Amino acid sequence: MRNAFAEEITHLAQEDSRLVLLSGDIGNRLFDKFKIVDKERFYNCGVAEANMMGMAAGMALSGLRPVVYTITPFTTTRCFEQIRVDVCYHNAPVIIVGTGSGLSYAELGPTHHSLEDLAILRTLPGMRVLAPCDSTELRMALRASLRGDHPTYIRIGKKGEPAIYKQTPPFEIGKVNTLRKGCDVALLGAGTIMAEVLKAADILAMHGISAEVVSFHTIKPLDTEFLSAAVSRFKLLAVVEEHGLIGGLGSAISEWRTQQNVTCPQLNYGTPDEFMHEVGSQNYARSKYGLKGENIANGILKQLH
Amino acid sequence: MIMFINNKTNTISDLEMLARKLRGRIVETSHKAEIPHLGSCLSCVDILTALYFSILRIDPARPLAEDRDRFILSKGHGAPALFQVLALRGFYPEEILDSYGEDGSVFAEHPPAPAYLAGIEAATGSLGHGLPMALGMALSARILQKDYHVYAVLSDGECNEGSIWEAALFAAAKNITNICVVIDFNKWQATGRSCEVMALEPLADKWRAFGWDVSEVDGNDMQALIQSLKKFPSQNQKPTAIIAHTVKGKGVSFMEDDNNWHYCIPSAAQVLAAKQELGLEVCV
Repeated sequence: MRNAFAEEITHLAQEDSRLVLLSGDIGNRLFDKFKIVDKERFYNCGVAEANMMGMAAGMALSGLRPVVYTITPFTTTRCFEQIRVDVCYHNAPVIIVGTGSGLSYAELGPTHHSLEDLAILRTLPGMRVLAPCDSTELRMALRASLRGDHPTYIRIGKKGEPAIYKQTPPFEIGKVNTLRKGCDVALLGAGTIMAEVLKAADILAMHGISAEVVSFHTIKPLDTEFLSAAVSRFKLLAVVEEHGLIGGLGSAISEWRTQQNVTCPQLNYGTPDEFMHEVGSQNYARSKYGLKGENIANGILKQLH
Repeated sequence: MIMFINNKTNTISDLEMLARKLRGRIVETSHKAEIPHLGSCLSCVDILTALYFSILRIDPARPLAEDRDRFILSKGHGAPALFQVLALRGFYPEEILDSYGEDGSVFAEHPPAPAYLAGIEAATGSLGHGLPMALGMALSARILQKDYHVYAVLSDGECNEGSIWEAALFAAAKNITNICVVIDFNKWQATGRSCEVMALEPLADKWRAFGWDVSEVDGNDMQALIQSLKKFPSQNQKPTAIIAHTVKGKGVSFMEDDNNWHYCIPSAAQVLAAKQELGLEVCV
């Protein structure tokens, strides 16, 4: 996914002279092609994220379109106040990209996990929060963000995530993409966990349950038009994200349901209120926290019977 | 009534008189609106006056002109001074300052976002934010091939913030020469001597070691300030830092170097005494 980011941002830099890429001393050689396009529009800002985010806001207020890129905790929690004040209060159109989000870097320990980024960033006025499910959706998300004029956060994986789309879909920020039609339950996935969501739908199908699979790539603004229809079409909504159960997409949909007084049941899949201290691969971490396709399907089967 | 002063015609004595008038208005507003940070505002008045009425290439009629010089008050708690300066410089009518501190007013203790008040380039107040934003604006000039300058006024207490030193390292690494930092070194921060709370000194040497072209000046001496500001930009391919040695509460004897005036609000009698000291009873 990060290679797709590097490739797409290089294309976009050729199309849009306002685009500037700021990196927090990561991606060795990843942006070599970008630098060939215009070395004056690439800055390694060092391991100094507060300054990087503040500078990005200053650039956006000067007519440029900065894209800030580093590992998710360092481009979110590390410099949250700069995002809040410099970017959001100024409504500065900065695109913030967090790479290796969720448990992508499970083996690097909790310092490199990001299981609260969606929660904290969606609290900020004016901020758009996106979690594309694969490289194709990421490319679309970048283009759509650049067409808009808002502070935008995009959380992405690292590398090797399976392709979900066979061809380029339509994409609009704030409008879900339905990957598979179904009529019993709606599986609403955010981000790179989507392959597990599709696996869960396959398992449910074997049990005679028809699951609609939806890429909920925009956590904010929430696609309430889709949700309004979904709560009457389905017996159950299941929300899946590689993120803490506090504050992510599941929480956002729960908040909306409460406000709408909707009674349709909802199951949220995410990580519990703890740090994962033991070493393990991303796959191990997903198993540990019940985020594999089998875990998701079993939970839904239990709920329906 | 204070006449609008065109920055091309100002003499040093014009600027000094203007600074006195500004001090009077700041003290008066602090009393009326119960706005603190009086000592911090009075220490930087001369710096703001020199910049806005002699140095900055700005046009209040075109506050968003792409080629304008940018000014960011990184020490955002000096906003009560900046608001008065912007009004006198013609960014908005002086009368709207009457709403200072009222419910619904944009005039608070810190600058609002630029969308809400002409002349403001950044909403500061949380220390350590203004300089990185200023640096982003300065670097943008290079990318966009514009020749504007960016000025940021910092407080000495603000130099506690790590983000200031992150910005200092970055600016020097990239040879950003169109940024000028002025540090209002009034020797105090909110609750103590700035050199005792943190190991701030030797401050000039620190900025020099971080790769900046550094000069030191009496920040309450208008002529010295103007001379120092006119040496910017540096010919050494370095960003510029001016360490302006100032006195907190400058201009009002019973406020000078007394850190109680970081938070105190003056009484009506104290406002009168301050204005008399400033020689304003015949001017206002």
